[in-house]
Amino acid sequence: MDVLVCVKRVPETGGRVNLTADQRDIDTRFLGFTVSPHEECAAEEAVRIVEAHGGRSTVLTLGPEVASDQLREAMAIGVDRAILLETDGQDWDPLATAGAIVDAIGAERAAGSQYDLLLFGNEAADSGDFQVGIRVAVALELPFVGGVKSLEIRDGVAVCRREAAGGWEVFELPLPAVVAVREGINLPRYPSVPGRLRAKKKEIVRMTPTARPGGPTKVRLRLPAEQERSAEILGTGPEAAPAVVELLVRMGLVGG
Amino acid sequence: MILVFVEHDGRRPDRSSLEAVAVGAGLAERLAVPLEAFLVGPGAATVAAGLGSFGIGRAAVAEDDRLAPYAPAAWGRALGQAAEAGNAAVILAAGTDRGQEVVAHAAAMAGRPMAANCVEIEPGTPFAVTRQRWGGSLLEEATLDGPVRYLTVAEHVVAPLEAGAPADVVVEPVSGGVSEADLRSRVVSRVAPEAGKISLADARVVVGGGRGVGSSEAFAQLEELAELLGGAVGVSRVVTSAGWRPHAQQVGQTGTRIAPDLYIACGISGAIQHIVGCKAAKAILVINTDRDAPIMARASYAVIGDLHTVLPAISAEVRRVAGR
Repeated sequence: MDVLVCVKRVPETGGRVNLTADQRDIDTRFLGFTVSPHEECAAEEAVRIVEAHGGRSTVLTLGPEVASDQLREAMAIGVDRAILLETDGQDWDPLATAGAIVDAIGAERAAGSQYDLLLFGNEAADSGDFQVGIRVAVALELPFVGGVKSLEIRDGVAVCRREAAGGWEVFELPLPAVVAVREGINLPRYPSVPGRLRAKKKEIVRMTPTARPGGPTKVRLRLPAEQERSAEILGTGPEAAPAVVELLVRMGLVGG
Repeated sequence: MILVFVEHDGRRPDRSSLEAVAVGAGLAERLAVPLEAFLVGPGAATVAAGLGSFGIGRAAVAEDDRLAPYAPAAWGRALGQAAEAGNAAVILAAGTDRGQEVVAHAAAMAGRPMAANCVEIEPGTPFAVTRQRWGGSLLEEATLDGPVRYLTVAEHVVAPLEAGAPADVVVEPVSGGVSEADLRSRVVSRVAPEAGKISLADARVVVGGGRGVGSSEAFAQLEELAELLGGAVGVSRVVTSAGWRPHAQQVGQTGTRIAPDLYIACGISGAIQHIVGCKAAKAILVINTDRDAPIMARASYAVIGDLHTVLPAISAEVRRVAGR
C-alpha cells in the first residue's frame, strides 16, 4: 500500500482571532502553527495502514518553506517521506491547490511512484473549503468519499464508515481511491524523541507548483458580530440547584 | 433559474435544505428567475410534489434506481446535468456532508469554483459572497465568477423557509448520464442508530463537559443529569484528545454542531473551536468556578461553582421536583 496524505499548515488559534491591518489574513505573529486537526488524523491513519499492510506513506503539503515543520511533524509519527509544494505563503484557492496536487501526483507517477490511497482531511480548519480532495478525485478519475471516521483496507477495497443520522453509512471503494477523514477516526500518537530525530533526517522532496487560480477570490476577512450576552447568575455552588431546576421547569425540560 | 439540491428522508425535506431553499427564494426574487429543486432517492417524487408550499415551481427528480443508495459522484453528476438542462445560474445546497459533497462534485466536474458555507450571497458580476472560515468564528468576503455559481449555505444561520399555501409543482423525472465509474463510491450498507439513544445533534438539552470535569469517571455526573433531562452528553476537544470520552460526543468545529434549547456547559473555558459548535443553542447555562472564563460571554445563565458538587445537587433537585 502506497499512501499519500495531504495536510495543511494552520495557525493554532485558541481564544480570540486578530486580523492583520489589511484584513486579508489572521495576525499570526503571536501564534504557533500545527497540522489542521482532521489532517493530523489522516497522517496517523496513513501510518497505521502502512504498519498493517506494508508499503510506504508520503505526506504532502502546499505552503511556504516553514510548512516543512508540519511535514516533519507527520514524519515524526512515522510517515516515511514528504513532498513540499513550495509557495510564497499566500492562500491558494481550492482549484489551484487541487491542480497543484494533481500535478505533483503526475510527477511522482512519471518517476515511478503510484499511490493506492490518497488521504485528505474533510476540510481544512482555516479555509473550510470542503472540496480539494473531491477536485483531486475528479481530475484523477478516482472514487471519493468524505467524512470518514473508520477506514479498513480489505482485498483492494477501502471500507469506509461515516456518521449519518445517528447511525453509520458504509462505503466500499475499490482502490485506488481518495478518502477524506474526520478527527475521531483515530487518536493520533505523540511523536517520540527518536521519531523526531528520525524525521529530521528524512528527505523532503521540493517542487515548485504552478498556480492556476479559479476562485473563489478572497477579498477580505472579518470577525462575525457577536452578541455578547450578560449572564444571569443563578447562584453559587450546590445551593443554586433549586434556581437551576426552576429554570428547567420554566423551559419545559423538567415535568412537574 | 436557481436550483436547490433538497435532501430528504423520503417523506419530507430536511430542515437544513429548507434553510437553503430560503436563501434560494431570496435570490430568485432579486434576480426575477424561477426557483427549482433537485431531489434524488426513494420518495423523491413525493417530497418534490410537496415543495410548492415553499415556492418551488418545478422539481427535477433523479429516479434512476442506481442512484437510490447515496453515491457522491453519481449524485453530483446528476445535479450538474439537471442544472445544465435547466440553464441554472445558481446551484445551492445545505452545508451538510452530502450537500458539500454533491455540489463540490458537480463543480469539479464542470471545472468551476464553489464557495462552501455561505452566510450572505450578493448577486452581481461577479457574485459577492460571505462565507464561514474556522467553522464560523471568522468570515471571508469573496467573489465568485462564472456562468454558474456553486454555493452551499452554512447550517443554522438562516431560518428554514416556512410552508406557505400549497401550490402545484411540476415534477420532472431526469435520468441517464451516470456512468459505472460514478457509482464506485456508494453506500453499500447502513448501521442504524442505537435504539432509544438521543443523538447529540437532535437533543433538546445537552450537558457538556470540558477540561474541568477532570477525568473519564467524573462524566458519570453529566450522564446522570443528561439522562434525567432526556438529553445527551457533549464534550470539548480537550476531552476527546485526552481519550476521556469518544469523539462522537465532541461538540465543536471538528465535532458535532448542536442547536438544543439549552446547553449546560460544565467546566468548559470556551475556546472558539468549541463555541462555534454550540452557539446555535437557544440558551446556555454555564457551570464554572471561574466567572471570567471566555464562555461566560456566551452564557444566558450561570452558576459559579464546582461542577462536581453543583451537578449532583441539580440532579437530586430534578428528582425531587419530578417526583422520581
